Amino acid sequence: MEPIDAEARPKEEISISYAGRIFKQVQEVIDKTGGQVGALIRVLQQAQGLIGYLPAPVVKTISRDLKVPLSEVYGIISFYHFFSMVPKGKYVIQVCMGTSCYVKGGQRILDALKKERGLEPEGITPEGRFSLETVRCLGCCGLSPVMAIGEDVHRKVKPSQLKDILNSYR
Amino acid sequence: MRPLSSVEELNKLREQAQARLAEQEKKIQVKVHLGTCGISSGANKILDAFVRNVESCKLSNVVVLKAACIGLCGREPVVTVIAPGKEKVIYYDLNEDKVSRIVDEHLVGRRPVMEWVLPLDEPLLKLQEIRVMHNQDLDPMDIEQYIARGGYQALGRVLTQMKPEEVIDEVKKAGLRGRGGAGFPTAIKWGFVRSASSQGKYVVCNGDEGDPGAYMNRAVLEGNPHSIVEGMAIGAYAIGNVRQGYAYVRAEYPLAIETLSHAIAQAREYGLLGKNILGTGFEFSLDIFPGAGAFVCGEETALLHSIEGERGNPRQRPPFPANVGGGLFGKPTTINNVETWSNIPQIILKGADWFASVGTEQSKGTKTLCLVGKVNNTGLVEVPLGTPLGKIVFDVGGGIPNGKKFKAVQIGGPSGGVIPIECLNTPIDYEAVTALGAIMGSGGLVVMDEDSCMVDVAKFFLQFTKDESCGKCTPCRAGIPEMLQILNKISRGEATLEDLDTLLELAEMVASASLCGLGQTSPNPVLTTLRHFREEYEAHIIDKRCPAGVCKALVTYHALEDKCLPCLETVAGYDAGGYQALRTVVPELIPERLVTKLQTSVCAVDLARFSMTVPAKNQSCTKCPSCRLGIAQMVRLLDDIATGKGNPEMLDLLFELSDTMKVASECPVGKTAPDVVLFTLGHFRDQFEEHILGKRCPSGVCQEALFYYTVCPLRVGGPT
Repeated sequence: MEPIDAEARPKEEISISYAGRIFKQVQEVIDKTGGQVGALIRVLQQAQGLIGYLPAPVVKTISRDLKVPLSEVYGIISFYHFFSMVPKGKYVIQVCMGTSCYVKGGQRILDALKKERGLEPEGITPEGRFSLETVRCLGCCGLSPVMAIGEDVHRKVKPSQLKDILNSYR
Repeated sequence: MRPLSSVEELNKLREQAQARLAEQEKKIQVKVHLGTCGISSGANKILDAFVRNVESCKLSNVVVLKAACIGLCGREPVVTVIAPGKEKVIYYDLNEDKVSRIVDEHLVGRRPVMEWVLPLDEPLLKLQEIRVMHNQDLDPMDIEQYIARGGYQALGRVLTQMKPEEVIDEVKKAGLRGRGGAGFPTAIKWGFVRSASSQGKYVVCNGDEGDPGAYMNRAVLEGNPHSIVEGMAIGAYAIGNVRQGYAYVRAEYPLAIETLSHAIAQAREYGLLGKNILGTGFEFSLDIFPGAGAFVCGEETALLHSIEGERGNPRQRPPFPANVGGGLFGKPTTINNVETWSNIPQIILKGADWFASVGTEQSKGTKTLCLVGKVNNTGLVEVPLGTPLGKIVFDVGGGIPNGKKFKAVQIGGPSGGVIPIECLNTPIDYEAVTALGAIMGSGGLVVMDEDSCMVDVAKFFLQFTKDESCGKCTPCRAGIPEMLQILNKISRGEATLEDLDTLLELAEMVASASLCGLGQTSPNPVLTTLRHFREEYEAHIIDKRCPAGVCKALVTYHALEDKCLPCLETVAGYDAGGYQALRTVVPELIPERLVTKLQTSVCAVDLARFSMTVPAKNQSCTKCPSCRLGIAQMVRLLDDIATGKGNPEMLDLLFELSDTMKVASECPVGKTAPDVVLFTLGHFRDQFEEHILGKRCPSGVCQEALFYYTVCPLRVGGPT
């Protein structure tokens, strides 16, 4: 996890209008859910849904507007696996390391991804297309080993198929 | 839709919905099962293909419908076809090509394509008792289908005819116990919260199903969401003073969140949630709360913290969530698992006696289980509690694939333990499983065969709990890594027998001193493997050997003639030709590292040569000359080509020799021996020519000339 002040930005240039739009949307989310139960987690979830990750300025805005200390917000971000303060690739690869997938060779998928694209868990490819996470059980144990890229779940993945699978994402 | 204002209106709607369903049943129904598992196997494409085909054939008597997962997860995509007056037909492992044939032969020609049909008398289907999953053949997005099946009738009955105490009594009589883990009697839990004096109470559905290997709650959330909504509303009425409920669903289940959100919105629209439900003045709202990916949030106090918008840290109990000051926002709260809530409407509707008609003395009803790992029928099954483990694995699950030997079942995820082969007769109920040192958990069964190392399994689970520990209390935060270190030492062969004692001592300490369920149960995988497979631990420590061949540091490989040769034949002499076999079949047979190596650096000449030297030559009985001499001749030719002494005529000679052998040999050995040579010659002639004309081996294999050693699975992976 990056320190909170290191303002991690995605590789591509962010225009001012883009940042402005994002802040406006985040503000809407805050206004909408502000008074609700568990608002902080919901706001963080939706903000991450909009941007793909939680950049430090956005986190600061959320902290200020929900009147929750920054330290507490950071505590929650670092506690839940779902949240990230570093940018993610265009496609997020999730390799399942649940019991069933582990027994059926999830580790071999990780090894092959490292060989194929130099991807390590929590890493990102230089061009920013893929980033890799390991997850605890995607709930598709009947089809193990399982790997999800974005919303697509790939079943019974063999390392030899990885090249073709990755090439189909542009 | 105008909200329903009375039970009579609900009944009227039910009749209308039933009439619509009956209308539908007059046609041939094609139900495509679209759970997460189905969709990831391409069920959406199958759905499109059916719609397209049915349209293009102008079949007006066929309807294509969406339905939920029926549990055959290893055989997705699955489609059920129901023709009026006929038994249903289940097709599995479908693809788009198969769809057009099914449309032609079954939907038009009225003859099922038997070769793709799952026989209905298979133990997998016959031995199951479908109760919780009884609506999986409906469209979960359509509340009216649920109402047609008697949905929300239980809620209507409770609100108009039963006192809250009677509801609790009925649940008590049914003997329903919590389906999420320890099996605490549901009625008693409700009673606690009912008797707590407080203004405002809550009900919560725990859908943070984090155990690896378990996904039955996902199936219920995706397939029967209204049963949860109805169950929670009934619970809210029985407990009293409850106006608000929360369903906590983990973020990793996007489809489940979508389906349940939709169900809640629909129920609200129909006046089955909100103010004045069915005109009785009863008020209850339900909201969904998506989790954010922390395993510990499955623990009830951590889950409550998470809903309150804080870190999901557990806290000391008492006060229990049922007590004043212990629940959500300090109010008494009932937390039940998805499956528990889902059972409630049926208990009210069909009666406690019906519910208790299956199961054992102490554990009534059915349980959904996830059967995964090394078992033929992976997927979701629902069996009566008390079904023997062996029956579940071998009859329902269809046994172990590839003729391997059953070793153990891991039940209950990281909090559970392993059950070894000696205990196959154990009935799966709360007491029996606990007696073996495991827990029922939410019901994930991971089957392991002889290739699984128990030290490795224990290591895996401890790594999991170590990562997921919230870090609040020391025994869990510091004790688990300490245990893991000892296990790592054992798997490297560096441990002593004293380490086992330390491990046991640590396990006891972590189990007794940790704050919450996660820490208290985390040593279970270690304790149960030690209890049932101590000899395996000792083999690692004393003999420096891993019997299952998993712990890399302890595995060495030797080539054994009687084992290696048959294997080499399978690899290189496979029917369709060696190289093809290596590309397609071998991934199942030999380690992936080798397959990658073969694909990138295999030399066709060397493969051909190898196929003639080892498998063919050793199998030949030397009785008929075409085989005896043909093989020797071909080996010589291929030797020459491999060492750069070849000439172009040799290739023609190889073809000629192969033909002769195929025609003139007396038995299959001689007839099939040249297959690999022919195959490689046909597909990789350029490689042969490079050897002959360029005097070089493009893949650099022929210099080593010992290709076949690298093919042997017993040798690969050894010390390098």
